[in-house]
Amino acid sequence: MNMLQENNWLLSVGTFLPLLGVVVLLLTPKASDQMVKLVALVTSIATLAVGVYTAFKFDFDQAEKLQFVADANWISVIKSSYLIGVDGISLPLYLLSMVITLLVVIYSLDHVPSPGKPKAFFSLLLVLQTGMAGTFIAQDLILFFVFFELVLLPMFFLIGVWGGEQRQYASIKFFLYTMFGSALMLVAFLALFFKTGAESFSIPYLIENGGSIAKNIQIWIFAGMFVGFAVKVPMFPFHTWLPDAHTQAPTQGSVILAAILLKLGTYGFVRIALPILPDAAREWAPYIGGLAVIGIIYGALGCLAQTDMKRLIAFSSVAHMGFVMLGISTLTSFGVNAAMFGMVAHGLITGMLFFIAGSVKERYHTLEISKLGGMLTSMPRLGWIFGFCSMASLGLPGLAGFWGEFPAILSAYNPAEGLNETVFRVFMVIAALGTVLAAAYLLWMFQRIAFGTAKNSSSHDHAHSDDLHDVTTFEWIAWTPMLLGILVLGILPNLLFSVFDPAVKITLSAFGG
Amino acid sequence: MNLLAAETEVLAPLASGWFLENAWLIPVIPAIAFALIILIGKRLPMKGSELGVASMLASLVLSAGAAYQWIQRVNSATEEQFVEPVIRSWSWWRSGGFDFGIGQHIDGLSVVVLFVVAFISTLVQIYSLEYLRGDRRYTHFFAALTLFSGGMLAMVLADNMILFLLGWEVMGLCSFMLIGHWWEEDANSRAALKAFFTVRTGDVGLLVGISMLYFAANDWTQENLGLSGFSIRGISAWALSGEPNSTVIMVAAIALFIASIGKSGQFPLHTWLPDAMAGPTPVSSLLHSSTMVVAGVFLVARLYPVFFVGLDILGSGGNLIMFIGAITIVISAALAFVQNDIKRVLAYSTVSQLGYMMLGLGAGAWLPAVFHIFTHAFFKACLFLGAGSISHSASHHSFDMKRDMGGLRKVMPITFTTWIISTLALCGVFPFSGFFSKDEIIDNVGNNGYNTFMIVGLVGAFMTAAYMTRATYLTFFGEPRGASAGHSSHESHDDHASHDDHSSHGPHESGLLITAPLMILSVLALGSGLLNATPFGESWERMKLWVEPRAVEVVDSTYSGGPGESLIVNVPSAGEGSSKSVCGTSTPEIGVCYAPKLEHAKFKWSKAMLSMAIVFLGMVVSWILSMLLFTKRDARLVGLTQRVKILGVGHRFLVNKYYLDDLYEKVIVRSVAYPISSAAYWFNQNVLDGILHSISNLTRKFSGWVYKNIDQRVVDGTVNNSATFTKSVGTAAQPTQSGKVSQYGALLFSAAAVAALVLVIINT
Repeated sequence: MNMLQENNWLLSVGTFLPLLGVVVLLLTPKASDQMVKLVALVTSIATLAVGVYTAFKFDFDQAEKLQFVADANWISVIKSSYLIGVDGISLPLYLLSMVITLLVVIYSLDHVPSPGKPKAFFSLLLVLQTGMAGTFIAQDLILFFVFFELVLLPMFFLIGVWGGEQRQYASIKFFLYTMFGSALMLVAFLALFFKTGAESFSIPYLIENGGSIAKNIQIWIFAGMFVGFAVKVPMFPFHTWLPDAHTQAPTQGSVILAAILLKLGTYGFVRIALPILPDAAREWAPYIGGLAVIGIIYGALGCLAQTDMKRLIAFSSVAHMGFVMLGISTLTSFGVNAAMFGMVAHGLITGMLFFIAGSVKERYHTLEISKLGGMLTSMPRLGWIFGFCSMASLGLPGLAGFWGEFPAILSAYNPAEGLNETVFRVFMVIAALGTVLAAAYLLWMFQRIAFGTAKNSSSHDHAHSDDLHDVTTFEWIAWTPMLLGILVLGILPNLLFSVFDPAVKITLSAFGG
Repeated sequence: MNLLAAETEVLAPLASGWFLENAWLIPVIPAIAFALIILIGKRLPMKGSELGVASMLASLVLSAGAAYQWIQRVNSATEEQFVEPVIRSWSWWRSGGFDFGIGQHIDGLSVVVLFVVAFISTLVQIYSLEYLRGDRRYTHFFAALTLFSGGMLAMVLADNMILFLLGWEVMGLCSFMLIGHWWEEDANSRAALKAFFTVRTGDVGLLVGISMLYFAANDWTQENLGLSGFSIRGISAWALSGEPNSTVIMVAAIALFIASIGKSGQFPLHTWLPDAMAGPTPVSSLLHSSTMVVAGVFLVARLYPVFFVGLDILGSGGNLIMFIGAITIVISAALAFVQNDIKRVLAYSTVSQLGYMMLGLGAGAWLPAVFHIFTHAFFKACLFLGAGSISHSASHHSFDMKRDMGGLRKVMPITFTTWIISTLALCGVFPFSGFFSKDEIIDNVGNNGYNTFMIVGLVGAFMTAAYMTRATYLTFFGEPRGASAGHSSHESHDDHASHDDHSSHGPHESGLLITAPLMILSVLALGSGLLNATPFGESWERMKLWVEPRAVEVVDSTYSGGPGESLIVNVPSAGEGSSKSVCGTSTPEIGVCYAPKLEHAKFKWSKAMLSMAIVFLGMVVSWILSMLLFTKRDARLVGLTQRVKILGVGHRFLVNKYYLDDLYEKVIVRSVAYPISSAAYWFNQNVLDGILHSISNLTRKFSGWVYKNIDQRVVDGTVNNSATFTKSVGTAAQPTQSGKVSQYGALLFSAAAVAALVLVIINT
């Protein structure tokens, strides 16, 4: 594979800069909260600046090639090397992680969740950022695995320390579930390594040689990866950690979880599982597609049953990631493009919805939908933002969500050669029905929360009409980029499609494009 | 597959012009205005409404310019020449190596609908200046109204199905915002939800249909026309090329038609439309005359070749579109008889008229159906605005004809006159506009051999005349009742309680901002039919000349004068045994076709007299019955439904709207929303998590044993380290749970390492 090696320091700097910030944070005295916040803010701004510079230097005409490639010796005993690079598939996600982290940090300046401890909180956010960015740049399976696991720890603490009432249960469930997947994934990686002659863990190398593994072995290796990634996505029936984790996580955790962490799984499918094991992917595709559409319907039904706003949004992630997985399961570049777009769009939209849920909780001290109501009267701006995001989430054309959803449905009509068309066409119709349910649960939620007259919840004695203030400055700063992103990507989808498309085509060349 | 250059005749260059080439500005202006109203509207002297009105005026001017230049373009073509639409396209998105465009497709159909939409929207906005004065969300109202028109305009000039879908859905969104404008009241927000949700259900068909057409047509269109499978032009040519697999195109046509049913309120998805009356009256007027509900009809007209081939239009025995259209005409007209709310009468009337349009399209009467879109927009907008005028100035915001109206002809002469003109147009009385369009539909349905459907059309005409007479009688004749009589005590469903300040005095005529649109519309309700006045001979059939696409084989369309890409047609070879035809008769052999050949019925006064007689009869019967029932309180009629059982059952059946709402809301929605989703959630919490919990319990029991016996002895140092690491993590986070975490972690990593070891052993 062709790789471009100029500026190969950029990715490492962009990825590890947050760790430098963590070091500075550790040296900062605990008492000076302002200082802690300042360091975190400066670090994440600097990280994003490096990221933007990377994008600026990125050669978009050669988006199919790995760029800024660095290759250094790492663990030579197991022939694992520090091989990093980005192409059109990873760059947008890499940048997205930086943007989201910065916005979350900005939001946190004003909203450190209880029990406080800003120093630890911001340190974990920055460690998390390194893990996420690293996963997207790693081009070596062991390196990928390390970053993939690195993400787990800070999130575990974020949920376990700053979470809601059942945070212990949720954080352990999250941790163990993902660990379980990771273990199987690691087995798969090792098997892959040995089956390709124990030469290298490098992804480009494995893509070239993975296809030569006998098909029945491929299928088993794929199974290991499948579980690892499917837990992270999460796909039905491995999703049950998600509602708990989301519901219990602090707002910041939920946002990052929805916006980036879930994408690690789908990204793994596109980056690793599909291109390295094409024969197995073909065998697995109908099952993945089937689970994806089950997830779409099932997630939507789960949403309809919820009485808690945040839990409802969490379940909607299951449905939306179902669309992403449906696109991937078609094994066509059309479908995978849709999936990639869906990842970014879902990151922005659902991330925003979790921000809103956080602000609602802060103001109303509850997320029970029946106790909310009349948000448009009491806080018109928040209400309209909420409406905007609901509309984006249900896939309104002209907003970002549409470009992940509709092309995914479209692609299912014509899956890659060798896949059963009838089966996928049935998937298409079921997925299309899922859009109706999406409209149902989102608008129903919106209607119950935003319309009507403001309710005075009697459960609280203290009049919290004071709490019902509209969107604050920090919220505006944190949210505006995401809202703009939803709108701009909706109108100009080519900003992303043109970056993904060449890389996706190359990645899927084993399936005939 | 090469171009038969020798046979290509040199065609006249078609005229074009700035307005045609830049027609894409027409929806862009309202879209920008929407953004401006949202951003700065509240700070402007007229609270943003001036931006809305100005943008609609600009769109109207551009549409009128485009219409004028389109007429010139048609005139510059020879008689038998296909008038190329003005297509411009820019790259929008790319995927799978294909570029997908966004752009405009301007032909007769889009020009006429663009004009109507811009025209009605302008008048409705002017009307709203007065009608909504002082409303609590005045600025938002104008923003949504403007975006709504923008969505419809974008859909109308779309050159591809994705842009079409965008406009379609934007309208859905705006209808949600507008119907639920006074969302403090539960009923309104429910109506908004219902409208959006019902339409969205139909939209599944649109998504599926577009997908199917794309994949079925894309190869053909790329090869022959260099267009994508989303392009409306490409799809049309493909549908008529004899290429399509008959099953695929049939299923696609049915899927698209389901979307039309939802959007255009056809049976059985019509139930959202009357509820949509919860919105402010200008919204109802706009929604029901020229936008939103017309979109479904427009979809069928736009992709007519697909429906023509897919559903075998002109085939014997009728087709899905005709059946749905015919059923809709009758069942909704029947419902109009039992309504007391004047807007609901008009709503069901709209449903019924849309049924006529569908019936016409299904029966091959494309032009009359499109013409009916045109004329219907004027008189229906006028009727709705008239109803609004009454509630605004006479009936104290009530729409209840029986309780709060009556005898209003004297106090509201302008509203009354315009109402009468529009009613006559709606009933299809010569020489009002409805006559020229509706009668043409009925006539052509019969002419194409569907006599049964023609009779349904005539029955519908009778019913239309009757229910409109009833509504007119209740509103304008008889004695004033309730609010119209000056009684202010009523607790009726208050349309907008927000500004009651000015209505304390008795009924009076509305102000100029309200009556001026009424007068303009009534002039058009009277005169617009003359644009295609078949009774007066060929030279009066302007619409036919300008709007109907010509069913001509296009061999080489490197047309000059047009801006878009110059199109070179690679002539497709005719497949053996290909089914239906091009241009109506046979598969094209040396070119492509964009429109099927359709016949037009010859106008006969005898037929027209028959339908006029039926309409007249309907009016007389209804007038007499209304007078006996409502004014004379004739003992034989009053309470008849209570006395005669069978009539009572029928009446109850109608009042309950055929129980369709109950079926949808109480059975389907309720079951999905409650038992089914609860069951799914129960499954989630108890089965899936139950499995998880029992696994974790089992694991916990074994983990102690595993940790002692396997972990410490078998696995190498690396794994131990990771276990210790995990343990320390667990300890730090959760003192009480730490043992579990570390043991799980150790177990899992051990398992992984063991498996890896096994693999190593196998492979060496």
